[in-house]
Amino acid sequence: MATTRILEWCGLLYIWLLLAFLYLPVIIMALMSFNVSPFYQLPFEWTTEWYVSLWQNDQLISATWNSIEIAIITTIICTVLGSAASLALYRYEFRGKKVLQALLFPPIAIPWLITGTAMLIFFFGVGIGRGLFAILLGHVALALPYVIVVVSARLQTFAPELEEAARSLGANQWQVTSRVTLPWIMPGVIAGGLFAFAVSFDQFVVSYFLSTPGQTTLPVEIYAAIRKGFTPEINAVSTIIIVVSMALMLLTARFFKFGGEK
Amino acid sequence: MAGQVATGSRSGLRSALPLLLPAYLWLTVAIFLPLSAMVFFSFMTELPLAGKVWAFTLDNYTTFFSQGLYWRLLLASLRLGLEVTLWCVVIGYPAAYVLAKVLKGRSREAIFLLVILPFWSNGLVRIFSWAMVLREGGILDTALNAVLPFKINIDLMYSYPAVIIGLVHSYVPYMVLTCYLTLQAIDDSLIEAGRSLGASRLQMLKRVIIPLSMPGLVAGAALIFVPVVGSFMEPRILGGRTGTFYGTVIEDQFVAVFNWPLGAALSFILLAVVLVILALASPVLKRAA
Repeated sequence: MATTRILEWCGLLYIWLLLAFLYLPVIIMALMSFNVSPFYQLPFEWTTEWYVSLWQNDQLISATWNSIEIAIITTIICTVLGSAASLALYRYEFRGKKVLQALLFPPIAIPWLITGTAMLIFFFGVGIGRGLFAILLGHVALALPYVIVVVSARLQTFAPELEEAARSLGANQWQVTSRVTLPWIMPGVIAGGLFAFAVSFDQFVVSYFLSTPGQTTLPVEIYAAIRKGFTPEINAVSTIIIVVSMALMLLTARFFKFGGEK
Repeated sequence: MAGQVATGSRSGLRSALPLLLPAYLWLTVAIFLPLSAMVFFSFMTELPLAGKVWAFTLDNYTTFFSQGLYWRLLLASLRLGLEVTLWCVVIGYPAAYVLAKVLKGRSREAIFLLVILPFWSNGLVRIFSWAMVLREGGILDTALNAVLPFKINIDLMYSYPAVIIGLVHSYVPYMVLTCYLTLQAIDDSLIEAGRSLGASRLQMLKRVIIPLSMPGLVAGAALIFVPVVGSFMEPRILGGRTGTFYGTVIEDQFVAVFNWPLGAALSFILLAVVLVILALASPVLKRAA
């Protein structure tokens, strides 16, 4: 009995060490964005000047807007197309369904380096070229499979008898979908949408290959800045990004849990 | 519409098509056609743009097989993938075990969320944050010198260990997640039964728990190994000049050297390697599903 307790304590300690490993660098990076020294020197002196100078950096601001716009459009397109496809995969039986479901995995499993360079080659070949439109095309394709997987998971908890009941009470196909099915899968759709937003907002590799100097997203700008040299301004913008994406993930977890519950 | 309602909900492909078409058309244009185009381009001498003369060739592939450089880099990337995956198993598996079998209730939920939270936060930023810790005069250096009585110089930045640390930090949540899912599915009474029949803790681990959680380990390993072999941003930021890997060479072909056909060939070879690895892992994964 005593050994069990000791082992449990060791286990807990271990988990806290892992959490420290996962979070300490990020916390230190965030702290350094509030430190006066441009060379990250200690002792720590509080300032918000790096956030102020961030506000005056037009290049970063415009890249930030691009990122937000692309993420929002990606979210809208992915939730609509993804929910429609999930509904079709759930509702109908047809030949080749298994193949269609299997086709969702290459975009998730193939490294982004390969997908990104392939998109660059293809978009150049067909005349789309690089730029924000190309980035949007890529982001939707990367996020779509996640939305379909999440919404399909929610649909698994749906009772088809509900649709039958609505139909027997005289509802037409559109009414059944909009009044019965959609409200039920809504938590899944919202979770899927948040996933899509996160995938797009944090996406670096694919955006990197598809961007041009004027048309770029925030992570691409940050990468360019990092390669020139480290400045506390990068820490400031990184801190903002990490806070935004962690808040998004917490929100997603909330909705996804709703999806898991009855 | 009326016909659909009359035949009920299982009326097949014709009804499914309008709902499926937009999504799959998009995936075709942005994923499947580009991947096919990449294969096509990898057999060309030049990009067929702006009236350039091009021809079919195998040169891009002979370059890979005849020049030791690309071979060596692919091997270096595979080794990097293997090392990172092993560290993720060593660090992630015990954590998954504690989460699944020791913690209970709300504290388990909260800590689980904390472990997988970084998972979706920006990978680039998290790699950058390690630069703050590892550089000379960085936090690790300062902290150790403050504690230790003698002077030491910690400058791990721009080294192979820095790349490993950054990648393990990025990918260990995958391993915790997949192992947690399979460990949680193991019935506690099975473990109690084994213990009451006189098996030691170590025997239980070796004979029961690890074999039963194998699918999670394999899934995690595949999810980690594949992107690490294709990584280029992490070695660039944390590895500096020592950070030349297969992924960074592919990046160079597209953004610095502009030899796209060679880049396409190198990407396609990587894709082939990735597919072989996923194929090898799939029997174990199917058994899990």
